[in-house]
Amino acid sequence: MSGSDTTPRMLTPDVAAARAGQMLNTARWAADSFAKMDNETVRMVVKAMSEAGFAKAKDYAEWAVRETGYGRVAHKIMKNEGCSRGIFEKYGDLDFVAPRISHEAKTVELARPAGVVFALTPVTNPVATVYFKALLAVMTRNAIVISPHPGAKEVCADAVRTLAVAAQSAGAPAGLIQVVEEPTIPLIDHFMTSDDVDLIVATGGPAVVKAAYRSGNPAIGVGSGNAPVLVDDTCDLRKAAKYIVDSKGFDNSILCTNESTILAFESVADQLLQQLKNARAHVCKPQEVEALRKLLFTDSGFNVDMIGKDASLIAEAAGFRAPGAEILVAPVELIQPEETLVREKLCPVLAFGRVDDINQGIAAARSVMRKSGKGHSAVIHSTDERRILSYANAVPALRIVVNVGCSLGASGFETHLGPSMTIGTGFAGGSSVGANLKPENFINMARIAYNKSDAEPFGVFEGLARDTVAAPLPAIHTFPSTAPSAPQAGGEMRAELRQLIQEELKAILTA
Amino acid sequence: MFDYSAFSFADKEELYAKAKKFWNPGKVDFWRGEGIDLVIDRREGYYLYDIEGRRLIDLHINGGTFNFGHSHPELVETLKLALDHFDIGNHWFPSAARTAFAEEFLKTAPGMDYCVFGAGGAEAVELAIKSARYATQKRRIVSIIKGYHGHSGLSVATGDDRFSKIFLADRPEEFAQVPYKDLDALEAELKKGDVAAFILETIPATYGFPMPTAEYLQGCASLCRKYDVMYIADEVQTGLMRTGHMWGWQAYGIQPDIFVSAKGISGGIYPISVACMTDRCAAWQKEDGAAHITTAGGSELGCVVGLKVLEMLQRPEIVANVHAVAQFFADGLGEIQAQNSDIFGGIRQKGVILGLEFEHPEGAVYASKALYEHGVWAIFSSLDKRVLQFKPGVVLDAPLCQEILDRFSAAMPTLRKKLASAPKH
Ligand SMILES: Cc1ncc(COP(=O)(O)O)c(C=O)c1O
Repeated sequence: MSGSDTTPRMLTPDVAAARAGQMLNTARWAADSFAKMDNETVRMVVKAMSEAGFAKAKDYAEWAVRETGYGRVAHKIMKNEGCSRGIFEKYGDLDFVAPRISHEAKTVELARPAGVVFALTPVTNPVATVYFKALLAVMTRNAIVISPHPGAKEVCADAVRTLAVAAQSAGAPAGLIQVVEEPTIPLIDHFMTSDDVDLIVATGGPAVVKAAYRSGNPAIGVGSGNAPVLVDDTCDLRKAAKYIVDSKGFDNSILCTNESTILAFESVADQLLQQLKNARAHVCKPQEVEALRKLLFTDSGFNVDMIGKDASLIAEAAGFRAPGAEILVAPVELIQPEETLVREKLCPVLAFGRVDDINQGIAAARSVMRKSGKGHSAVIHSTDERRILSYANAVPALRIVVNVGCSLGASGFETHLGPSMTIGTGFAGGSSVGANLKPENFINMARIAYNKSDAEPFGVFEGLARDTVAAPLPAIHTFPSTAPSAPQAGGEMRAELRQLIQEELKAILTA
Repeated sequence: MFDYSAFSFADKEELYAKAKKFWNPGKVDFWRGEGIDLVIDRREGYYLYDIEGRRLIDLHINGGTFNFGHSHPELVETLKLALDHFDIGNHWFPSAARTAFAEEFLKTAPGMDYCVFGAGGAEAVELAIKSARYATQKRRIVSIIKGYHGHSGLSVATGDDRFSKIFLADRPEEFAQVPYKDLDALEAELKKGDVAAFILETIPATYGFPMPTAEYLQGCASLCRKYDVMYIADEVQTGLMRTGHMWGWQAYGIQPDIFVSAKGISGGIYPISVACMTDRCAAWQKEDGAAHITTAGGSELGCVVGLKVLEMLQRPEIVANVHAVAQFFADGLGEIQAQNSDIFGGIRQKGVILGLEFEHPEGAVYASKALYEHGVWAIFSSLDKRVLQFKPGVVLDAPLCQEILDRFSAAMPTLRKKLASAPKH
């Protein structure tokens, strides 16, 4: 370069987009060949992945906290373990290969993998989400390309490589699990809009989810959470307080299922506050609440520097002390979206409001969710089934968990909802799925359906594999198919054979 | 009306008539005679479109010229950006583009020292022969019967009579031919002591890709060493990852003195060719650097494109794709061959270089036609018309490979009928 001019004399094309296209080709090759494998191979591959992920759960937990600055190592270990071995234990025995025969319905169902899955994973639960999506995709015989959030790209790339190596050594084709090492907006856009992607599974902010749906490709996107917690006068307050503090403190609230705002019945509110304190919550004084409000919500929205930070650090940043506190409880007067503290907070700060009765509680819960969190999660601590039912019926959440912490309850680890790092927020939440993501979300079913009429009997499919028609036997086999034969070698014999063949052909044709 | 603004034709008939009148009557008549009524118009990826709109999948790819498919966007963009700065350049002077390309090219070819550039394959072969003659100060050149190295003065003399005699360009006293895979015959020629070079396509393309063994090629190389003959590997069709290795000679573990690359190195968008050689063979450049002059050879635009081609081919995902394509066709064609072995006799394969043997002296001509009717364009081997050249590109994707296989399979009954009614030779 001459002088100070640093612009190149000649430009060259952006290589990233071109390479992205080739990654999808590679994924397609892998998906095609993996789709032909039997259930036992698939199971072994998934098992190998889950074991490899499990073995690295701690390393990656530490690495993720180091790289992102979010969350707590011990809790990330739990999530990484739950999303590796835990997922295998939950779903490993499911068979997505064998035809499913129903004599009553006279149908046979064949699971049809989506093919190439493009997955976006968030900065908040980086490795757990990588594990989760990769395992579900592979379990259902899909290939997956994972684009991690740039803030967690290094640990995620390593995690993907770990899974890929394990999968391949258990018999999976190369390229079944790939990672976008340098995710950028144009590159992600290139992937999302590519015709070679069959399914997008997007976890992240609303912008990412909307982009996934706008892409024109089939997509499963999930919106953000903002869970209200109704605590009435029929529950065990001591247990409720413990559940809430443990859940809100879990990984410093960076699961999207974490509690946002307590709505306590007035009659038990003071007792609940005491129980929260006993469970190591710091209950903020009014000026501390004001300081938190200023700290957490800036003109441009939530202060991302506070995501997943320890409660004591957040207190310090706000100018007060809360040593040893698991969470900060911020009592507020107004339970409406204009009170910023009732919005989604991916940090261990919990708003606390008071309601007179269940009707007011429901209205307050709806207010909390008005701005964000629709279709996501809500909690109730109660033993009154009528209240539980009417609360569930009225709040715009699709999972209403009862007498459990929301972080691990709504995400299915401490309930039977199905452990998931991806929470379907349904139509209300801008998503096509309303349940916790499961392996079934990665397949379609091809259905063989017989005539209903008894005049047409159902076939006997028991004992048949998917692809049972044997290749026809060669008519006249002249040369080994792979022999790199030289034309001069055996020329005479071949001429003879050709003669024979031609005669035979003639005989067939004149017959 | 085919309107190209600068020129237009009322219809295909008018175009054919004028092509015959102003261009090449023989070629026009030949293809029409074969029922291949193709005038290639739009092209995109591995698709060709006839001027009347019919789509064909290109498995001819002109011997690897369109290794990356037609108008590969990354290559096209590379050329477009290069045009903002470069043109073909001035062959007299050192050039940044040429130097950079030579340096990168040599990194792919350990053991080689210089790149000498041309514009086409024949010119690079010409350069190779000249260089070998200079290095050895001997004149005779040995090639194989049914070898093919291009049509310029020296290169055509190495090839089949069909192409040299017509122009009185055969030179039996300077050019000898020996049977392929016959080391004794080769030694008999080399022994005479007056041979400058032995030239061999690493896998002879126009002969229908009869596969060499590593022992044969290594035998050739060691005979050359023994008699101080330069080994010229013609890598015009076997280079550029088509064997699964960057250069075919690397796939067989041999070390030539000179090797020649053309076709695909141009990306199919800007002509360039390379004779890559050892210091000894390139020594004439020290005596007289301008002893070989070529205005369009080593054009700077071609160098920029060639650089890109090499970079792309070395990406791990592309190397993986070559292996996937090769494996796919090995399995898939193997199955079809087993099911149709009455007409489809065998498969020759190394990487994405395939020769398919059909059971008739001109079987591949019929196969080509049958495939053409089924939307696939693959050409027969000119010097062994039993063998169809089946040349998938390096970035073919899985769905298109499956489509090719499905179309191929569907073409088999058509081919069977054609062969049954074909005249016996
Ligand atoms: C093996 C081989 N060598 C050389 C050539 C000559 O190349 P070009 O046509 O660019 O002169 C060809 C062309 O088909 C070829 O196949």
